[in-house]
Amino acid sequence: MIRRFFDSPYAVVVALAVIVAVLPLVLPSVYYLRVAALVSIFAIAVVGLNLLMGFAGQVSLGHAGFFGIGAYAVAIGPTHLGIPSWAALIIGAAAAGLMAFVVGRPILRLRGHYLAVATLGLGLLIALVFTNEARFTGGPDGMPVPRLEVFGFRVFGPRMWYWIAGITLVIGAWIAANLIASPTGRALRAIHDSETAARVLGVDVARYKLIAFVISAVYAAVAGAYLALFDGLVTPITAGFLRSIEFVTMAVLGGLGSILGSIVGAALLVLLPQVLTVLHEYEHIALGLIMMLVMIFLPSGIVPTLAARLTRR
Amino acid sequence: MLAASNIGISFGGLNALTDVSLKVERGEIFAIIGPNGAGKTTLFNIISGLYAPSSGRVSLGAEDVTGLPPHLLARRGLSRTFQNLQIFFRMSAAENVMVGRHLHEQRNVLAHLFTLPSVLRQNRATRDAAEELLAFVGLTDVGGRAAGTLPYGALRRLEIARAFATEPKVLLLDEPAAGCNPVETAEIDAVIQKIAARGVTVVLVEHDMKLVMKISHRIHVLDQGRTIAEGTAAEVRANQAVIEAYLGKHGQREAARA
Repeated sequence: MIRRFFDSPYAVVVALAVIVAVLPLVLPSVYYLRVAALVSIFAIAVVGLNLLMGFAGQVSLGHAGFFGIGAYAVAIGPTHLGIPSWAALIIGAAAAGLMAFVVGRPILRLRGHYLAVATLGLGLLIALVFTNEARFTGGPDGMPVPRLEVFGFRVFGPRMWYWIAGITLVIGAWIAANLIASPTGRALRAIHDSETAARVLGVDVARYKLIAFVISAVYAAVAGAYLALFDGLVTPITAGFLRSIEFVTMAVLGGLGSILGSIVGAALLVLLPQVLTVLHEYEHIALGLIMMLVMIFLPSGIVPTLAARLTRR
Repeated sequence: MLAASNIGISFGGLNALTDVSLKVERGEIFAIIGPNGAGKTTLFNIISGLYAPSSGRVSLGAEDVTGLPPHLLARRGLSRTFQNLQIFFRMSAAENVMVGRHLHEQRNVLAHLFTLPSVLRQNRATRDAAEELLAFVGLTDVGGRAAGTLPYGALRRLEIARAFATEPKVLLLDEPAAGCNPVETAEIDAVIQKIAARGVTVVLVEHDMKLVMKISHRIHVLDQGRTIAEGTAAEVRANQAVIEAYLGKHGQREAARA
């Protein structure tokens, strides 16, 4: 029973949908809904990144760049170009996908550390553009983001964003589960284990790495747009290096190659700082310590390690 | 069916292969033998597109395929296995073989993202084909197991099933019986013969001389990157150069161990 749950990504999607539906009934205040909305938003980005890192086995230290493209799209679109927010969100996601497609071809030839450095550079470059193009982006101070309006209906507040982000996360997890169970997913997982073997079986390795990169960029951009719309503000920090590291940490901590792990990782890194504020100045020490202990005792990430232990007997 | 002509390649000034030519007919079982370091696997890597030769040409059917990358060679009907196993260890045995069906599947990513009914039907068909292929190589009831948990001899056959799943015209087997006990070797022997019986051209590199002599129609002998002989098992066994370079020494070693 437990094994079947972890083996089937769809079981995870169904469980997730139930949790998203029930959570507002048990959360005591709007503050918690706000935190839950943030968890969902980050989890969307991490589920996408996990398709690239956990399934295709390719690292990216620049995903905050795509996150930033989504975020700035919903800021710049309505403010400077008169495009409605919802259309700006779609354009932003498409732009991030296009960017990943164009840049991905050359840099995905690189492997391991070299790919890490190249994606890092990509992320820094995108953040730099947001910082320097002050005329459009407000520079280092960032810019306000107009509220989302869909057909005259104004979307605002933690409760509404909880539902939007939660439902999007469920859909995002469902799409990821679909992909994993498809020929594309098998090709990606094959590439992860042995590129050489995948190639001699007819898998166009460059194409599939690119597909994973583009899809993960679109996930990141949607998440970025949501965060900007939710916060009502966007700054270059949104697209910054630390944000990229945060995504990777969430994916690794929760468990590479696990959709549920992505969500657990995102939840942990969003919740922990909130909980640890009681420790005041020791907050960051505690956070770092917890992360180290998790990796030492749950080396494959929280979800895969626990799943293996639960299903062993 | 498969021809390599005047193949040469050097690594860092060292000639790994010099002027090697061979021609394999359709449905033939063709073995390449030679002492360690003779260049057998290097030749395989060139034929399967992993290396580009410094000189010479490779042709498949009537087409010149020199320097074509492996995934395009697979489309043209050439696949292979590996001496050092290249199993997808994090996937199940059946999924390993399913990857081998990649080229015969509809590969529209948008359809995959939304799991259209056609994708579900196809997944089922691919899984059935994989189970059938596993049974074909004598691996029944292991489809659901993680590939990493299978014994060595089973992994060898899993790789053959996976490569055979691409429906190749030419199948290259790099030491299919390496590390296998006599029972496993006999099983692999049977699988190779069944594959050849289906009209697939089989080229193998193998050290197990009993296996090679038994199943090969023709044998090509390499030593230090050069061809020293080619012929039937009987011809090769009687060849003086082969005895000196390979069989003789090998035989002596065997004798010394006994």
